[in-house]
Amino acid sequence: MSELGMQPFLILSAFIFACGVVCIATKRNAIGVLMGVELVLNAANINVVAFARFNPAFRLDGQVFALMVIVLAAAEAAVALAIILNFYNNHATVDVDSADSLKG
Amino acid sequence: MTLPVVLFAVVATITAVSALGVVLAKNIVRMAVWLLFTLIGVSLLYFLLGAEFAGTVQLIVYVGGTLILIVFGVMLTAQGPLRELRTRPAEWVIGGIVGALLFGLLVTASYQIALPPASADNTLPGPGPLGLTFLGVTDVSPNTNVTGVPDSATITRKPVAYLLPFEIVSVHLLVVLVGAAYLARAKRRVKA
Repeated sequence: MSELGMQPFLILSAFIFACGVVCIATKRNAIGVLMGVELVLNAANINVVAFARFNPAFRLDGQVFALMVIVLAAAEAAVALAIILNFYNNHATVDVDSADSLKG
Repeated sequence: MTLPVVLFAVVATITAVSALGVVLAKNIVRMAVWLLFTLIGVSLLYFLLGAEFAGTVQLIVYVGGTLILIVFGVMLTAQGPLRELRTRPAEWVIGGIVGALLFGLLVTASYQIALPPASADNTLPGPGPLGLTFLGVTDVSPNTNVTGVPDSATITRKPVAYLLPFEIVSVHLLVVLVGAAYLARAKRRVKA
């Protein structure tokens, strides 16, 4: 493990983060955007756990932060899906481009 | 090529390919399946890093909870044309450029992080010390120097407890779930 180092984990996490950002930017389905958010959160979590593994001062804190991010992601997904379902009931679509009721 | 390197290569390939699959898939159901493999790959990475408890929680909460929630959302809304919404090519180009720039920036930044000195005992603590930290028992925290600062400024890590954040997060989860259930409830139509 020690010969692997921290950089491969950081690069993998950067790749997943970029995938998530592209997903958020290009998907037109609201649930697709939500999946992009999940990718971004997972990338951040990989970073946190990798730092906890390779930095002895933060052995406990990294895992604590990762667990909190997981719980908050579950809460965020629940609320986002409730909002998407409400939007679908009102507009009969999940296309984020048609969510422009507040446009002046 | 030792065993951890090979294992990391395999798991990282699976995770990266399925993350790319989430971006490139047109069908929303296929996206959900690719996301499943990404989440499982991330949990395998946690196991590889030695954070068994985080990996288990990732499998139970993320794969078993959040992803099921998303799949239910897909099932309730994916009808006909909504299953495959096309994105305009210009948006793909702009999004791809932004993603590539972000990736380059993060990789450059990750090479400028000073690696902490390798210590003999750098295995991650198991669920026992983790639970004690959440309860506020702090004497299990390692008493090491904070790395990443100049050597002249020796900052010793202060012991911290996570009882208050733990309580805040748990009450937050409760409130959010009640609010989500209220938002998504079946509305009774008033007959005129």
